Amino acid sequence: MIPPSFDYIRPTTVDQAVSALAEAGEDAKVLAGGQSLMPLLRLRLAYPEALIDLDRVDGLREIRPENGHLFIGAMATHHEVMRHPLIAEHAPLIAKATATVADPAVRHRGTFGGSLAHADPAGDLPAVALALDAVFLARSAARGEREIPAAEFFVDWMTSALEPDELLVGVRVPKLGPGWGVHYEKFHRTAQAWAIVGVACAVRRERGAIEDARVALTNMGPAPVRASEVERFIEGRSVSENSFRAASERATEGVAPPGDLHGSAEYRAHLARVLTARALTAAAAV
Amino acid sequence: MTEREIGKARRRSEDARLITGRTQWTDNIQLPGLCHVAFLRSPYAHARVTRVDVENARSHPGVIAVFGGRDLADEQGSLPCAWPVTEDILIPDHPPMAVEEVRYVGEPVACVVARDRYAAIDALEDIDVDYEPLPAVVDMEQALAEGADAVHADLGTNQCYRMVVEAGDVDAAFRDAPVTIERRYVQQRLIPTAMEPRAVVCQPVGDEFTMWSATQVPHILRLMLSAVTGIGEHRLRVIAPDVGGGFGSKLQVYGEEVLLLLLARRLGRPVKWTESRSEGNMTVHHGRDQIQRLTMAAEADGRLRGFKVDILSDMGAYLMLLTPGIATLGAPMFNGIYKMDAYSFTCTGVFTTKVPTDAYRGAGRPEATFGVERMMDELAAELGLDPIELRRRNWIRHDEFPFETITGMTYDSGNYEAATDKALAMFEYDKLRAEQADRRERRDTVQLGLGTSTFTEMCGLAPSRALAQVRSAAGGWEHATVRVLGTGKIEVVTGTSPHGQGHATAWAQIASDALGVAFEDVKVLHGDTLIAPRGWDTYGSRSLTIGGIAVHNACQKVVDKARKVAAHLLEAAEADLDYAGGSFSVKGVGGDGASMTLAEVAGATLAAHDFPEGVEPSLDSDATFDPENFSFPHGTHLCAVEVDTETGFVKIRSYVAVDDIGSVVNPMIVDGQVHGGLAQGIAQALYEEAVYDADGNLTTTTMADYLVPSAADLPTFTTDRTETPATSNPLGVKGVGEAGTIASTPAVVNAVVDALRQYGVNDVPMPCSPERVWRALRDAFGEDPEGGGGPRPGAGGGLGSVQGGEDR
Repeated sequence: MIPPSFDYIRPTTVDQAVSALAEAGEDAKVLAGGQSLMPLLRLRLAYPEALIDLDRVDGLREIRPENGHLFIGAMATHHEVMRHPLIAEHAPLIAKATATVADPAVRHRGTFGGSLAHADPAGDLPAVALALDAVFLARSAARGEREIPAAEFFVDWMTSALEPDELLVGVRVPKLGPGWGVHYEKFHRTAQAWAIVGVACAVRRERGAIEDARVALTNMGPAPVRASEVERFIEGRSVSENSFRAASERATEGVAPPGDLHGSAEYRAHLARVLTARALTAAAAV
Repeated sequence: MTEREIGKARRRSEDARLITGRTQWTDNIQLPGLCHVAFLRSPYAHARVTRVDVENARSHPGVIAVFGGRDLADEQGSLPCAWPVTEDILIPDHPPMAVEEVRYVGEPVACVVARDRYAAIDALEDIDVDYEPLPAVVDMEQALAEGADAVHADLGTNQCYRMVVEAGDVDAAFRDAPVTIERRYVQQRLIPTAMEPRAVVCQPVGDEFTMWSATQVPHILRLMLSAVTGIGEHRLRVIAPDVGGGFGSKLQVYGEEVLLLLLARRLGRPVKWTESRSEGNMTVHHGRDQIQRLTMAAEADGRLRGFKVDILSDMGAYLMLLTPGIATLGAPMFNGIYKMDAYSFTCTGVFTTKVPTDAYRGAGRPEATFGVERMMDELAAELGLDPIELRRRNWIRHDEFPFETITGMTYDSGNYEAATDKALAMFEYDKLRAEQADRRERRDTVQLGLGTSTFTEMCGLAPSRALAQVRSAAGGWEHATVRVLGTGKIEVVTGTSPHGQGHATAWAQIASDALGVAFEDVKVLHGDTLIAPRGWDTYGSRSLTIGGIAVHNACQKVVDKARKVAAHLLEAAEADLDYAGGSFSVKGVGGDGASMTLAEVAGATLAAHDFPEGVEPSLDSDATFDPENFSFPHGTHLCAVEVDTETGFVKIRSYVAVDDIGSVVNPMIVDGQVHGGLAQGIAQALYEEAVYDADGNLTTTTMADYLVPSAADLPTFTTDRTETPATSNPLGVKGVGEAGTIASTPAVVNAVVDALRQYGVNDVPMPCSPERVWRALRDAFGEDPEGGGGPRPGAGGGLGSVQGGEDR
């Protein structure tokens, strides 16, 4: 199909971008790679009046260390993220999950920030950001920059905490030190498909026990879900198959998974338990 | 020229151009003043159209014209059905654009013609249509029930036709049979998803018209456009330029093709339409969609007594070109490669409010092959026999060919033992069975299943007389013209219409051998009714076994003509001339003046200065080949799957395909056909399904919902061949276009069921999605596979899905 007509704005700096966003108002959409937005436009599921294309804003592509954290610019492509040495060293969960996103063509165009701001609960990166307690940096022309913790960023189905005039400029993630093991367990029917369920997991092992655990679920509700009960249960317990199994039984506490063509709610709940145990096992192998 | 071209794995001469984008797809065609067409389509599965208001759309910037169904009602005619399978079949009127009633979601109700595609699509939103919704009819069994809502009220029933074929004494075969098994299988609806969407361009030239269409069938399309519109066939030229796949979906006369012709005539301007993928998923004819009720009777030793087949075939809302006939192609095929005493086939065509079904790769034979090959595995399980052993006890032995089957077909050749033995060795069948036993023993989370499909199929459609017998209106011959240019270069004109198959390469190989000229000296022309006026096009794995033979025969005629000329010029008797390597030579005489190349003969023919008395100065030759029989490729396919019993995910571990397609013209093209065929057959087994909801909405309109597997989802295929030449044509060739698709679906499902049978599972409906596999396991255990009793899969070896934990 062909998208409905729209104005097209292509800023080259962040300042220009946020001004354009402020001017364009509520009916503008930010184009940050276009791998999700363009299909919505072509299917005429979205009718924005203006598209603000960030492709030429080079300042948003940077990946750099920042005060003991890593800063990932919103316009870094998936391909850049999954191949970046700093991410491989300090945030391997992001690299692993990003490598499962769609296919190489999409990963060369789609962006880290675009994927997060899109807030699709079936996307792989929201759960990862949630598990890692990432901090989202948003900027508007009127109010400058503010920080949004991951736990507050994903509000609802395809809805983030960004105000209409706010631009996601990047994300700060903590560096995970030695002792941490990570895994992203994605379950999908074909290689290019979205996750039916995904489990993002990071655990810190010490003397045969799990000292710290972060677990978040993809596509188990209208927004990514932090599996807090799993974390609470497993922390302090020994690294063993049995404890992981028992923990995984708590993966679905308080979640209301969706049902669709690829999996009913009941099946998703079952998968969440199976995959959580697998993710914990893989991550704890460090 | 001594090396034989036939049998050479030559790279396809088409490909350099195709893969570097130097192509001419229909959508690439630009003409001065070209207008663009967009269709407004019904959002209802079934409704009366009470008003179509196009006024606002007419005033949209860039719009040239807007039409509703009523505007075209007088001239649009009814789309043709060329296969009325029974005498009393009900054929409803099928206007290209709906006038009073819509009967599937996506049926066209109006169209916009505009200066560009953007304006055309934007203006669709300004058309106002009032609908009075009527009940959707989506379930075949309910559609046949007493008092069911009617798809076509005027027909008074949703039963389109009923066909019964019987052979042998069926009652006797089932009476007191030691073993009888009964199963119900569903062949889900599939969307053909050719890579190139449909596209049509139509240009008026005075009172004549040229149509470019992404079609498999330019000849049939011209004939049918003429029949529907009344425009003389000689005033229509149809061109199939580069066409990006069809799989049967472009073996059709679509309403859009008729409508573009009418719009070009009415407006006097060239018009173009290209569908979007989601538009195509809704409106390209679908494939399969059968409910099969199968009953098999056997002796205690496994010998088959009888097989009863009772199927419902979903027509969709209307009958398109071959809609009713597709399922009936199963009638002579459900018996497969097996001997039996009695057989019956009952097929009921059913109308529903869905897009019509029609040919999709295999067309009737995949469904039949699935039925019989699944039943053979079920019977083997029932009898405690190895599925291969059961097949050995029933198949036609190689020394029994030619063999007349229970359904009256004559299988001309085959060697099921050889193909099976080869496949078993390559697959390492015994080793895999041992691993399977070990995994069962260990109660591994991941269980192994092995599936067999010893298939045959009938293709090379078809002997014209056979088509008449089954009430098809089509002819089955194929035509070729071989033109010898003055320089000795060769033009081969074929009535086949390739859309990815590689005819330009394969036909040149055939001509090269038959004429003794270099491969590079042959050019193949096709796909334009002006250049190649005679033919029945490409489908049903017919092109090589009929069209290729026509090329071969036409080449023989060229040599015969050239021999006369050469004999005259060499002053020798025709009988004293040898023809080899593209050159005539006088037997037993060497040196200059004793031989003459075909190019020299061609030059002499062009000038015609010194020509034999009574011989026309032309070497060009035509041949029309009508086969005496179908071709019956066969093969043995073996599939090993790993089933994750916790998630239900099925992974194909290995796949061996040994096909017998007779003599092979180009092994690389054959491998490509087999690989692609396997991918599509596996896709039916594991991935694809067109899903309509209860209101008749198609919910799989995008590629995110309709799962087409990619290379990343498929295993490395191990393919090989046995070569038992067909006896029905001079090259000994059989068709290969559909074999992979036909064979693979039951091999995969048999493997999935084999992995799960230990838990009491004897079927998983297609596609065997992870959730369906999981549910099949759960149902076999009762309510809760995670905590329930019985032989728990994965217990002890699994990572999740067990209760609690001791080690807290």
